[in-house]
Amino acid sequence: MPAGRQGPAGVLRHDRSRVRLRARLFCKRRPAPPRGDHFASKDTDAMARPTRSRLTPTDIVMWTIGAILIALILWGSIATLARGAYSLDHWVDFTIFGLAQGSIYALIAMGYTMVYGVLRMINFAHSEVFMSGPYTAYYVSAYFHRSGLLETQPVLSMAMVFLVSMATSTLIAYLLELIAYRPLRTAPRLVPLITAIGASFFLQYVFRGLYGSGFQAYPVIKALEGPMHLGPVRVLKFQLVVIFAAALLMLALYQFTQRTRLGRALRSVSEDKEAAALMGVDVDRMISMTFMIGGAAAGAAGVLYAIMFKQVHFFMGFIPGLKAFTAAVLGGIGNIPGAMLGGIFLGLVESIGPSLFLDGLGITAPYQLKDAIAFTMLVLVLIFRPTGILGERLAVKKA
Amino acid sequence: MNAESRERLPGLRLGLVSGACLVLLTLVGIVEAFSQREIVSGVLSMGEGLLFFTGLFIAYLAADRGLRRAGTGRALAAGLVCGLAAAALLALLVLLSKAVNLRQVLINASPAVFQMLVFQREELEVGLALLLAAGLLTGAAAAGLRLLPPVPRRAVTAGLVCVAGLGMLQDTVYPVLSSWGPVAGLADLVFEGLGLSPGGAVALFVLTAAGAAFWALQGAAVRGRIAGLSPGGRRGLRIGAFALLALVLAILPQALGLFLSEVLTIVGLYVLLGLGLNIVVGFAGLLDLGYVAFFAIGSYTVAILTSPELGFFSLSFWQALPFAVLFGVIAGVLLGIPVLKMRGDYLAIATLGFGEIIRILVLSDSLRPWLGGAQGIGKIPKAEIVGFEFGGPQEIYYLILAGCLLVGFISWRLRDSRLGRAWMAVREDEDVAQAMGINLVAAKLLAFATGAGFSALSGAIFATKIGSVYPHSFNVMISINILCVIIVGGIGSMPGVIVGAFALVGLPELLREFAEYRLLVYGAALVAMMLLRPEGLWPEATRRRELHEHEEQAGPTPDAPAAAAAGRP
Repeated sequence: MPAGRQGPAGVLRHDRSRVRLRARLFCKRRPAPPRGDHFASKDTDAMARPTRSRLTPTDIVMWTIGAILIALILWGSIATLARGAYSLDHWVDFTIFGLAQGSIYALIAMGYTMVYGVLRMINFAHSEVFMSGPYTAYYVSAYFHRSGLLETQPVLSMAMVFLVSMATSTLIAYLLELIAYRPLRTAPRLVPLITAIGASFFLQYVFRGLYGSGFQAYPVIKALEGPMHLGPVRVLKFQLVVIFAAALLMLALYQFTQRTRLGRALRSVSEDKEAAALMGVDVDRMISMTFMIGGAAAGAAGVLYAIMFKQVHFFMGFIPGLKAFTAAVLGGIGNIPGAMLGGIFLGLVESIGPSLFLDGLGITAPYQLKDAIAFTMLVLVLIFRPTGILGERLAVKKA
Repeated sequence: MNAESRERLPGLRLGLVSGACLVLLTLVGIVEAFSQREIVSGVLSMGEGLLFFTGLFIAYLAADRGLRRAGTGRALAAGLVCGLAAAALLALLVLLSKAVNLRQVLINASPAVFQMLVFQREELEVGLALLLAAGLLTGAAAAGLRLLPPVPRRAVTAGLVCVAGLGMLQDTVYPVLSSWGPVAGLADLVFEGLGLSPGGAVALFVLTAAGAAFWALQGAAVRGRIAGLSPGGRRGLRIGAFALLALVLAILPQALGLFLSEVLTIVGLYVLLGLGLNIVVGFAGLLDLGYVAFFAIGSYTVAILTSPELGFFSLSFWQALPFAVLFGVIAGVLLGIPVLKMRGDYLAIATLGFGEIIRILVLSDSLRPWLGGAQGIGKIPKAEIVGFEFGGPQEIYYLILAGCLLVGFISWRLRDSRLGRAWMAVREDEDVAQAMGINLVAAKLLAFATGAGFSALSGAIFATKIGSVYPHSFNVMISINILCVIIVGGIGSMPGVIVGAFALVGLPELLREFAEYRLLVYGAALVAMMLLRPEGLWPEATRRRELHEHEEQAGPTPDAPAAAAAGRP
C-alpha cells in the first residue's frame, strides 16, 4: 500500500472515531507497562475505578439467579436424603471416587495455576502435556506387562512408568514454552492464547499420527485390584493408591516451592518479574522451569488417570484439562494450595453432586450432567467470587 | 543470539531443527499419505514435495541469517550446511529403521516410507548418498534463491507457490476446469495423472513468475494510473468492479459444480459466524469462547418450531427465522449480564463454560422430550421462496450469500457508527471509555446481543441446510475455529474474516482426503501464523500500524517469504 493513501485515510479514521483517539491519548499519559507486569497496571486500574458499592440492576439479577440455584440445590438434596435412595456405603463410594478423581484434577491444575502465576496466560495446551506422558509410558508398561515384570516387580516397573511419563510431559512442556510462548512474551494478550490453541491441536494430532488413533488399554496391575477394608469402610485399592500418590506429589511440590532456593526464585518471578530480574534471577529460565514442573506434575497425574480409567487416547486430555482449569480457578488461580483444594472440591462435587441434588429434583439420568455441574460451578465462582476459594490479592487484581 | 554467534558451522542449528521437523513429518505418517498424490506427475510426489519445501524454507532462513551476518559466502555455506544436516538426520532415521523395528510403537514408521526416502534404491548406500545429495541441492537452491535480487526472487517464489498449490489441488481444480467447455483442452494439457504434467508445470511456473515480475516492476505504475483517473472514471471503474464481483458471486455455484458449492456454503456459514464474533471480539474486545451456544440456539429454535418430529409447531423456515434471531439476541443479553464485570481470560473461560453447559443440557436425557437428546431433531423443512426451494448446496449458497451480505452490511455500517466507536473505545480501555461517558453496560450488552443475533441467524441457516440438528454439531471446537478464523484473517477486519474463512475452513475441506492430518497442519499453521504474522492475513489498517510501529521506526525490513507467499493484495 503506498504511503500516500495510508496517511489521509488514517487521519480520517481518527477524525471520525474521536472517542477512540481521546481514549488513546489518555492511555499514552499512563506509563505503559510491558506485558506481564499486570500487578502494577491493574493496581492503578483498581484505584482509578469507581467503587462499586451501588446496587445496580445487573447485581439484582445475578443475586436472584444465585439464590434460586442455592434453593434448588438445598431442595434437591433434602428430597434425595428424605427418599433414602442411597445407602451410606454408596455415599462413601462416591466420596472416595471423588477424592481420587479430584486429586488427579489437582495435580493437573498445578500446571495451569503455576503458569498463570508467572505469565498471566491460560496454557490451553496443558491438557496435551497431560496426555503426552501416559500415552508414551503406555508402551513402557505394555513392555513390562509382556515380559512379566509388572507382576513380579510391580513397584519398580511402575516407578519406571512414572519416570517415563513425567519425563515426556516435562519435555513437551519445555518445548512448548520454547517454541510457542517464548517468542511472544511481548505480544498482545490474544496472541499467546491462539498459539496455545494451535499447539494443542498440533500436539493432539502429532500423537495421533505417532501412536495411532485407537484407545490403548493400560495393563492391569493385579496387586492394585480388588477392595480392601479400612476399618468399616471398603475401598478399592487403586483408588487409595491414586489418592496417596497424588497427595505425596502435591506435598513434595508445595515444599519445593516454599522451601528451596529454586522455589523461592519461582515465586519471586510470579510476584514481580522485573524486581526478580534485578535480584539476579534468570526470569526466562524460571519460566521454563515453571512449565517443566507443571509438566512433570501433569505426567504423574496422567499415569494415575491411566491407573484409574485403564485406557489412554490422543484426545484424553481435553476434558480433564478443562476440569483442572476449573479447579485452578475455583481455588484461586495463581495459588498452589488453592489449586489442590479446588481440584479435590471439584472431584467431590462432581461425584456426589448428581446423586445428591439432581436426583432429588427428579431429573432422569443425573450423572450425565456431572460436567454441567462442574462448569456451572466455574461460572458461578467467576461471577460471585472471582478470587476463588483461597483467593489472594493476585486474583483481586486480575478480576 | 549469543549462542548463535558462537556457532562455528553456520546454519547447523537451523539444519538440525529442519531435520527434526522432517523426521517428525515422516513419523506421523503425513509424508506417506501425501506421496499417494503427485505435484508433478512422475517427477515429484506430494510427500517428496512436502519434505522439499519444508527443507527449502528453513534453509532459506539459514541463508538469510548468514547473509545478514557475514555476506554471500557465509549465506551459501549456511544454506548448504542446513540442507545437509537435515538430510543427515533423515538418513539416520532410515538407518535406525533398518536396525530396530520402530513400528511396534510408531505405527506410521512403515518400510514403504523409508524406501521412499532412499529414492526406492535397493542398495542402501546409494540411496543414502542420494538423500544427502538431495539435501545439499535443496540447501544450494535455498541459498541461491536468497542471493537473487528481490524482483526475480519474488517471481521464483510466486512460481513455486503456484505450481505447488495447483498440483496439490489437482483433484478439485481439474474436474471443474474440464467441465468448462473451451478450457477443457487446456486442463488436459496442464494436468496429467494425479498431478500436473511436467510441461504444464514448467509453463505454469514461467507464466506465474513472469506475471509476478511484471507486477513487481510495473505494479506501482498501474496503480498510479488508476489513482490518476478523473473522479468520474474512478467511480466507473469501481462500479464496474462491483458489477463483475456481483456477477461472479451469482454464477459461482453453477460454475464450480456440486462439491465446490458445498465447500462454499460451509465457508459462507463460517463467514457469517465470523462476522458476528468479529463484533464481539474484534470491535468490542470481549473474548467470547462460548459463541457456539448462540449458533446452537438458532439451530434448535428453527428445529423445534419447524420440525414435525417433535410436533409442537410446524412453522415454515421463514416464519421461524425471526424467532431464532430473537431468541439468539435474548440469550446474548442473558448470558452477557453475568459476565459484564469480567475481563480478558476470565471472560473467555466463563463463556466457554456457558457454551459447554448449553451443549451438555441439550445432550442430556432429562430434556429429551423437548430437545431430542443425543439423537437430535430431524426432518427440518427446506427454506422456500415463491416456489424456489433452497434444497441442495447450489441453492443454499444463495441463502447464505444473502445472509453474509446482510450481516456484512450491518456490521460495516455499525463499525463507524456512534455505537461502533463506543465498542472500540471499550476495547482499547474500559476505564477510560467509561470516563468519556460511554455506558459500559449498554455497549457490552449490545455487542453480545448483536453477535448472538448473527450467530443465531447462521445457526438457523445451518439447521435448514443440514435438515437435522445434533448436539454434537455444537461443541467447543466450533467456537475456537471461529475465533481462529477472525484472528488469522486479522482481528477486527471484515475482509479478513472472509480470507480467514477460506484459508482455515475452505482449504482443509478441499484436502479432505488428508482429513487425518488436517488439524495437525491447522495447529501448526496457527502457531506459525502467530509467530510470523500476528496481525493476520488481511489486517485492519490501524492495527497493522500498531503492531509494526517499531519496525517502521527502525526502517523498512526485508520482506519475509511468508508474507510474500500469503498473497497480500
